[in-house]
Amino acid sequence: MAAQHTNNKKEKNNNRNLIFMPQDKLNLNGDARKAMTYDAIVVGSGISGGWAAKELCEKGLKTLVLERGRDVQHLKDYPTATLDPWQLTHRGNIDPIKRENPVVGRCYAFDEATQHFFVKDHEHPYIQEKPYDWIRGYQVGGKSLIWARQTQRWSKYDFEGPGRDGFAVDWPIRYDDLAPWYSHVEKFAGISGNKDGVDTLPDGEFLPAWEMNCVEKDIQKRIMAAYKDRFVVQGRCAHLTKPNPIHLEQGRQQCQARSLCYRGCPFGAYFSSNSTTLPWAMKTGNLTIRPDSVVHSIIYDEKMGKATGVRVVDSHTKQMTEYYARIIFLNAACLNTNLILLNSTSSRFPNGLGNDHGLLGKYMAFHNYRGTLTATIDGYEDKYYYGRRPTAVMMPNFRNVHKQEMDFLRGYMVHYSAGRGKGVAPEESIGASYKASLTEPGGWNIFMMMQGEHVPEEKDQVRLSTDKKDQWGIPQMVFNIEHSENDLKILKDFLEQGTEMLTQSGCKNIETHDSKQSPGLDIHEMGGVRMGRDPKTSMLNGWNQFHQVSNVMVTDGACMTSTGTQNPSITYMALTARAANRAVEELKKGNI
Amino acid sequence: MNRREALSRVALLMGTSVVGGAAFLEGCNPGDRKSAAAAGLPFSPENISFLDEVAETIIPTTNTPGAKAAKVGAFMNTMVTDCYDEKNQKIFTEGLAKIEESTQKKFNTSFAKATPDQRKELLTAIDKDAKEYNKSKKETDPAHYFSLMKQLTLLGYFSSEIGATQALRYVAVPGRYEGCIPYKKGDKAWAT
Repeated sequence: MAAQHTNNKKEKNNNRNLIFMPQDKLNLNGDARKAMTYDAIVVGSGISGGWAAKELCEKGLKTLVLERGRDVQHLKDYPTATLDPWQLTHRGNIDPIKRENPVVGRCYAFDEATQHFFVKDHEHPYIQEKPYDWIRGYQVGGKSLIWARQTQRWSKYDFEGPGRDGFAVDWPIRYDDLAPWYSHVEKFAGISGNKDGVDTLPDGEFLPAWEMNCVEKDIQKRIMAAYKDRFVVQGRCAHLTKPNPIHLEQGRQQCQARSLCYRGCPFGAYFSSNSTTLPWAMKTGNLTIRPDSVVHSIIYDEKMGKATGVRVVDSHTKQMTEYYARIIFLNAACLNTNLILLNSTSSRFPNGLGNDHGLLGKYMAFHNYRGTLTATIDGYEDKYYYGRRPTAVMMPNFRNVHKQEMDFLRGYMVHYSAGRGKGVAPEESIGASYKASLTEPGGWNIFMMMQGEHVPEEKDQVRLSTDKKDQWGIPQMVFNIEHSENDLKILKDFLEQGTEMLTQSGCKNIETHDSKQSPGLDIHEMGGVRMGRDPKTSMLNGWNQFHQVSNVMVTDGACMTSTGTQNPSITYMALTARAANRAVEELKKGNI
Repeated sequence: MNRREALSRVALLMGTSVVGGAAFLEGCNPGDRKSAAAAGLPFSPENISFLDEVAETIIPTTNTPGAKAAKVGAFMNTMVTDCYDEKNQKIFTEGLAKIEESTQKKFNTSFAKATPDQRKELLTAIDKDAKEYNKSKKETDPAHYFSLMKQLTLLGYFSSEIGATQALRYVAVPGRYEGCIPYKKGDKAWAT
């Protein structure tokens, strides 16, 4: 069987004709099996899967990336990337599809120009015993095309959190274990930011930072003057503010400050699997990408005590086939990684792979996004800005940092930004002077939001339905995840502190809002396959390797023991690169 | 643009507060074509030109082209047909008749034949009524037809090529970001 490449449609279609029927697999002899065998399989091509592919291919492993969604090629498959507002029939804001898809319809980035990168509700149903907004991007590149691109390192306080405060289990790693791998991925991905010297938000390998505008700078000064323990720094994001040679070599260019990122970037200026890791891996000659391949389960060989491969359902023909490899990386995105593992049953593991203790799918977590504030500030009428910046100001967590001191556990990060509205107070409400008033910038508005740490609890769970299946014959997932009392206390504190800080900064018309949104809409789903030191209380060891199945690694959000307050993707990247390099070393030593 | 700022961006486009922007999004849930047909949608060419005149009265041609040149009537037709729910489709379509009726009552002529000054006087009065209505309006109460028309006029005009590039300043590819630049009274706002 010929290798399958993303960039060869014809070859891919030919392969579809060669797909084995379930009964065929029994007849797989030496040669046929060899054709389906790789050194490594990576399930998923999003942010972490792309990184696994890049690292493994660079180390010389023949790597098969399985992607359940369609192929999306950098540049070629970004149909709306350069459209002007008036070229969108409904000007981008609304589309009839939103009404029929209330879950994805609630996602802030889902609109007329981006809808082709999101899964519609009916395409992949799930069961909400408690409301959960599951936002998905099924395509080559996954959600790396439509992520918010904010990239902050975790601090030592985040890794020490569960151990210190007695929740979940202690992380098996500390900041120092991951720091070199943060550097490794930052240099390649291209992260902009300032070296701020704040230990709650460690510095990294940064390209030049974006600038704050005048109002943001003044609010920064006032908050930092009023509170000794609160830091305000410019946002760090995966945008090439000034490309290094490595980024040019990737074929990427400087960010043009268009802020149309969710459509796919024609400059390759933000990090995505499509623009960065996958093409890089492809250049090694070791990568095969197989789109339209829904992974059903992992094949476990009892005699070997290892996983031998994966079962794959073709998303169109629904036919099942098997692929084999020496190591398997699960990067299907948190919830689908949980789903695949729960569905990977065998006589040895009747409740899902490595799930003797029943922890799989439990301690699911997310970030608490419920609170926002809006305000205005007088003055600055003679100041404006040019261009559209893809980040906002960040305040690392300032609650319970050095010791427990609030009536809630952990804390929250704050993001804020300021901008000028459109339209000054009109003399008339209809006509020429009204029109003129709308063409001038108005006063300054401030927007502030929280990103709160949700403390994982056992009762926050996903499991498989015993009777409902999806269109690929895989059990649907049942969701039981909700905000906790601790989340509500954090929300209250943020709204109070936000109000106080904006008041200190001279803001007016301060309004607090509780969106009351369900978990999931944060799109920071984490947990279910947590890392830990003890095989009795965790699924994965400190190298993201199953305690009980040493050749399977999980390095997406599912591996997270706790959530921190940072946007998580850069941590998945670092964990993935670290785990992939370790797995290759272990393979060479014959330990896997 | 950071996540969640998408909403405030719509609000800025609308020239309203963030909260008003949210209300607009919720008030403009996509409808379906069946209910559109029942409400007499899409609009006839006559109704579209009527809407053009309403929009032109709100955003007239000055030193830059107005709403009619930006084809705001056709845009309203698309939005009401494709995006409004049944309730708002009905309110909007009935609004055309209400404007016509008020013109007859006030000036004893049709809206089409009324002078620009008469149209402006009439719509200014209706706009005042709509604002009064919105002040005491509960969330579940129906929208005022003129609020819907005005919202769509502003959205349609300022996101049109004429509105964005002539009435406002539009830069498709800024190339860089500068956080603090001087602003002179009279300089136009950025379109996006």
